[in-house]
Amino acid sequence: MGHIVEPGFFASGPVHIALAVGTVIAITSAVVGVFTVTRGQSFAGHSLADIATTGGSGAFLVGVNQFWGYLAFGAGAAAFMEMIGVQRRQGRDVATGVVLGAGLGLAALFLYLGTEYSSTTGASFTILFGSIFVLTASTVPALITSALLALATVVVLARVLLLSSLSPDIAAARGVPVRAVGALFLMALAVSVALSAVIIGAVLSTALLVGPAATALRLVKGPVRAMVTAAGIGVLAVWLGILLAYDSYYWPPAGRGWPVSFFVVTLVVVGYLAADLRPQARRVALPQNADTEQACSPV
Amino acid sequence: MFTGLMLNTWIAATAVAVIAGVTGFFAVLRGSTFAAHAIPNGAFAGAAGATLLGFNPLAGLAVFSVAGALGIAGLSRRARSDVATALTFVMMLGIGALFVSWSTEYAQEAYALLFGEVFGVAQDEVLPIVVLGGVSIAAIVVMFRPLLLSSALPEVAAARGVSARRMELAFLIVMALATSMTVPVVGALLMFSLMIGPAAAARALTARPGLAMTLSVVIALVTVWVGIVVSYQTNWPLGFFVGVAGAVFFLGGRAYAAARRRLAVRVA
Repeated sequence: MGHIVEPGFFASGPVHIALAVGTVIAITSAVVGVFTVTRGQSFAGHSLADIATTGGSGAFLVGVNQFWGYLAFGAGAAAFMEMIGVQRRQGRDVATGVVLGAGLGLAALFLYLGTEYSSTTGASFTILFGSIFVLTASTVPALITSALLALATVVVLARVLLLSSLSPDIAAARGVPVRAVGALFLMALAVSVALSAVIIGAVLSTALLVGPAATALRLVKGPVRAMVTAAGIGVLAVWLGILLAYDSYYWPPAGRGWPVSFFVVTLVVVGYLAADLRPQARRVALPQNADTEQACSPV
Repeated sequence: MFTGLMLNTWIAATAVAVIAGVTGFFAVLRGSTFAAHAIPNGAFAGAAGATLLGFNPLAGLAVFSVAGALGIAGLSRRARSDVATALTFVMMLGIGALFVSWSTEYAQEAYALLFGEVFGVAQDEVLPIVVLGGVSIAAIVVMFRPLLLSSALPEVAAARGVSARRMELAFLIVMALATSMTVPVVGALLMFSLMIGPAAAARALTARPGLAMTLSVVIALVTVWVGIVVSYQTNWPLGFFVGVAGAVFFLGGRAYAAARRRLAVRVA
């Protein structure tokens, strides 16, 4: 130990894949995250991650490709949340919570049935924490395609989405189909979160969705700048996290590496706290919806 | 079904259902469902850490769940509460991942903490659950009126000198203590489903707070009791029945409320 970059970092195949995939996920999550934070749907974002991984274990049970399980459960949960009223701010958390509760119940069943048949006990653990170093190259194209799909949806919708996030009434008055836009966004959120959750774990997926976006909305004004800043913060956190995790194979106590998720989460949270605690005279008392107000101001 | 170990299961599960029904009512009323998910789940990191250092996992659970409550309340002062909750939650789980990677034999126990071991409740686990449940419920009864006011009408409460921030912190700490004892028994996932499903259903059925809280406890009890019987017969995990029953009760409550509204319109 003692090197900043331990030998072999740039030559390692798993590191290449991890860096490539991590970058794609960090950028997608950051851009989708700016809208997620502005709309106050962090809980939905996290729940969709949890539920999508449930779909993975379900697909494993019935012998379908897990990829379809993730997408089906993610999209199904998003539709269900939409149906029972996730769009209204009032009661949205409850609707999300009920869907998440049912999803977790199914997870318990799938894992029980799964362990009964194949006796893999680490399953629940992998679902929560994932592992960016055990990616196989064959999952990369599918991931990148669906990430681009989610990204394209959000970018195309950006203007109407922003308007309907900030003031649904004005948006409706201008003829924006607020509910359809919200539903489409929830679908894009489900797809992007489902895939990142599967690959890097539900914890890291939530961290990359919420952390960089919330930090960026603290630091800069305007939605476009916020998206670019968030993407930068996310990519930086992922790269540094992967580097530290690689280095940590030489660290105590176990000598088999600290988890990537720990490093990335810590970097993201420390970044947020640093941005939050930054001394700033003009913001003495922060209003409750400060995030929204900052996103609202012109670019 | 009512002898020996199963008797412990019945007592513990009943206590847990009452705790969940009462705290869940306020969690749903206040919209703190994300915190209700984050605190029990994140607290598992504390148990992992305590096991690693050779302490009692319960101490780790209690420390981490209270730390989580403080973190959420502290960050919420300057940001939207869903962002504050998400960041506190991922930080706790990130630390948990680190602890688990350090220890060698923890993965199995982690599974138990997430999904619970309701059919393996030991004799000496029953008393702490019942006592702690009693303390949490007593705390909520004492705070009932100001908590209700600040949950339903925060502005009015503030005008009457009830600090919304202090109420939020007090409620989160009660929820943290309630969950830290119940998590090893029923699991973090089940505790969450049991807090949200019945309370959400009760809220859909009635607007009267006292009645809604009672209903929430009753639905939680029925869910758990039926769940235990079915789970005992089929051997399927209790968490599955409780999670699905919560959603079914909620949808049923919503359908009932909608039907009643339609009837009221027709009569008028």
